[in-house]
Amino acid sequence: MINITVNGQRHDIDADPNMPLLWVIRDILGLTGTKYGCGVAQCGACTVHLNGEAVRSCVTKINRAAGQSIVTIEGLSLNNNHPLQLAWNEMNVPQCGYCQSGQLMSAAVLLRENSSPTDQDIDDAMAGNICRCGTYQRIRAAIHKAAAMQTGGAKI
Amino acid sequence: MKKLIIISGIILITGIITLSFKTEPAKATNYPILPKDSVGSAKAFMSVYRVLMSPRCMNCHPSGDAPLQGDDSHIHTMNVKRGIDGKGIYSERCSNCHQAENIAGLHMPPGNPKWGLPPANMHMVFQGRTPHQLALQLLDPKQNGGRTKAQLIDHMANDDLVGWAWHPGDGRTLPPMTRPAFAAQVRLWIAKGAYAPSAKAK
Repeated sequence: MINITVNGQRHDIDADPNMPLLWVIRDILGLTGTKYGCGVAQCGACTVHLNGEAVRSCVTKINRAAGQSIVTIEGLSLNNNHPLQLAWNEMNVPQCGYCQSGQLMSAAVLLRENSSPTDQDIDDAMAGNICRCGTYQRIRAAIHKAAAMQTGGAKI
Repeated sequence: MKKLIIISGIILITGIITLSFKTEPAKATNYPILPKDSVGSAKAFMSVYRVLMSPRCMNCHPSGDAPLQGDDSHIHTMNVKRGIDGKGIYSERCSNCHQAENIAGLHMPPGNPKWGLPPANMHMVFQGRTPHQLALQLLDPKQNGGRTKAQLIDHMANDDLVGWAWHPGDGRTLPPMTRPAFAAQVRLWIAKGAYAPSAKAK
């Protein structure tokens, strides 16, 4: 049994220690907001937070997460009211939406560490998250908006 | 009286020996001191240089702030940056994709617990350095991570991130000699005087 905490809830996982964390999140715990994109850490669709870092869950084995804290898109905020989620909604960022949970999880780390990112900071943080629909301009604008909301009092 | 003189002598000699050890500790070495040989030393370094300039070593000692990838040493995709500690920035930390070990399969992220670049305050660049430049850089504690010659040998011979170069995972070429042979050349280079090849050497 491997014990992990996902979105504040403890789980005992009976699985091969080499199983990718993404499999555990989606197929065992049923949290399907995190997506399978490439399976080789190239696209960012599977990004979740492991102890606050934006790891690619498709290449992260479950034994690395043993005893650790994981946050998925379902746990980013209590009521879908993270400034990034509010900004994403307001600016209609997603097109097909498939990559967006990964985009949000990466952007959340950026905003936590840099409350007022420049375009360059955003590019540096987000270049590992690919969007086939090409929503990059809206993603960048929404991160700026979320940064402003955060400065205005919303909690990250 | 004779006994007293002998005992006093022993005490004095013991005291001197003890004092000399306290004031001047022996230097730790892991290489023999051979007769100075600028030609042999520089020749050994040229072998070392060929390893250090192989993609497995040079890709994480780039001239810029982005790591390199592949046998063609192209700039790492995803706009990855060094960061202050050499471990990346924001949501692009090295360990977000690179695990503690290689992941099996072609084009999968290689891994090591210490995966990263040299830190921002000491870039330790290999890319673009001539043999002359790189030899001098490696010998300078202000540019080599504060290492003595013995520590430099130890790093090259035993560090597990350096050792990754000889176990790089699927699809990546190995450095041009084995690690023991490489370590032997590093040791020889230093043992014969740690000479830098001439500025014209390529």
